[in-house]
Amino acid sequence: MMQGGVAGTVFGLIQRDLLLTWRRRADVATTLLFFVIVATLFPLGVGPEPAVLRTIAPGVLWIAALLSCFLSLGRLFATDYQDGTLEQMLLTPHPLAALVLGKIAAHWLVSGLPVVVLSPLIGLQFGLSGGAIAILTFSLLLGTPTLSLVGSIGAALTLGIRGGNLLSALLVLPLFIPVLIFGAGAVASSESGMGAEGHLSLLGACVVLAIPFAPWATAAALRIAVE
Amino acid sequence: MLDIHDLSCQRGDRKLFGQVSVSVPTGRLLSIEGSNGSGKTTLLRAICGLTPPDQGAIRWHGRAIAEQRETFTAGLIYIGHRIGLKDDLTPMENIQAAMQMSGHPVTAALARIALEAIGVEPACHRLPTRVLSEGQQRRVALARLWCSEQPLWVLDEPFTALDARSSQLLRERLQRQVERGGIVVAATHQAMGLDPTAVQQLRLGE
Repeated sequence: MMQGGVAGTVFGLIQRDLLLTWRRRADVATTLLFFVIVATLFPLGVGPEPAVLRTIAPGVLWIAALLSCFLSLGRLFATDYQDGTLEQMLLTPHPLAALVLGKIAAHWLVSGLPVVVLSPLIGLQFGLSGGAIAILTFSLLLGTPTLSLVGSIGAALTLGIRGGNLLSALLVLPLFIPVLIFGAGAVASSESGMGAEGHLSLLGACVVLAIPFAPWATAAALRIAVE
Repeated sequence: MLDIHDLSCQRGDRKLFGQVSVSVPTGRLLSIEGSNGSGKTTLLRAICGLTPPDQGAIRWHGRAIAEQRETFTAGLIYIGHRIGLKDDLTPMENIQAAMQMSGHPVTAALARIALEAIGVEPACHRLPTRVLSEGQQRRVALARLWCSEQPLWVLDEPFTALDARSSQLLRERLQRQVERGGIVVAATHQAMGLDPTAVQQLRLGE
């Protein structure tokens, strides 16, 4: 039966996670509002100088996206761990890394993608030009999957540890640095006339590298966590 | 045939159990008994491959389970202390998600039959699982056994929180599993009440 195969199980898992998120949609709304509010605080704090705002906008949006992604990472495996579904996930005949990739995909769909969709609006608020907004949005689209992928390793490693969330921040946030540099740098380099292609290709390389590696590392960490 | 050979497990410095050896032929139920903290749950988790033992081996049809993880888990149902239900899903969705995850997807009709077989009333099928009572939640978890073709069931205290009628239904289901040549491994405090010729006992902590 096709449905019983790896693909069927992974899609089933994505569907289940999306349904669960829909039933708990307040959680998603909270992280998105967090993203909007953090990004909105900067113009208020820095002052309404248009040139300054335009310069800091990419960095601010990227940091806000990174933090809001990080906020939702805590939920990635924690509930599965508490109610025992994680054990069931480990006892399937399918490769655990494939299931983990499914969970990461579901996480990105509800935490990364909405940020990408909202970012043009926030960009307008900073007075970015149309071209800059397009590049910023595209850089977020390429970069946020890497955040979910790499973040899942930290979430799995700190599972079941007291104060795990804070520890996970120390583990994961430094790993987000390359994505932040290339992502925020893309807009700046296109504004200065150098073109954003270089930065965007590096962001693409990050995600291509993370797709096979991160789920595998996360799966290993999960096995240790339930032992 | 499930073969446990010279198994030892430790938790920190404390030895939970040592040199446990037992062979369970098909069509048998292995009842694991022992006081609290004697390592029943750890033994069950070791049998599933969740917790690697410190020493010894577990073989399924003659091969170590670590060498055939895929085949072994395809034929296994484990219902642990944490029963693996999602609070926000309905019992129907839970059964279907759990069966899908274990690689044996079931239709809604089959899930409904399974839930009714262990006495979860149709009125509960569309409620979120979190509003059900503890006993009802245990029943929802156990309903997986009614849509299972898997030959090996590993159950941790399956009778906990069940009323007399559900306990009887579960006993009948376990009896049927051993009659059709399956194997059940269950940790329990109470007598199973099954056909004694089909039951093997293992006492831990002696």
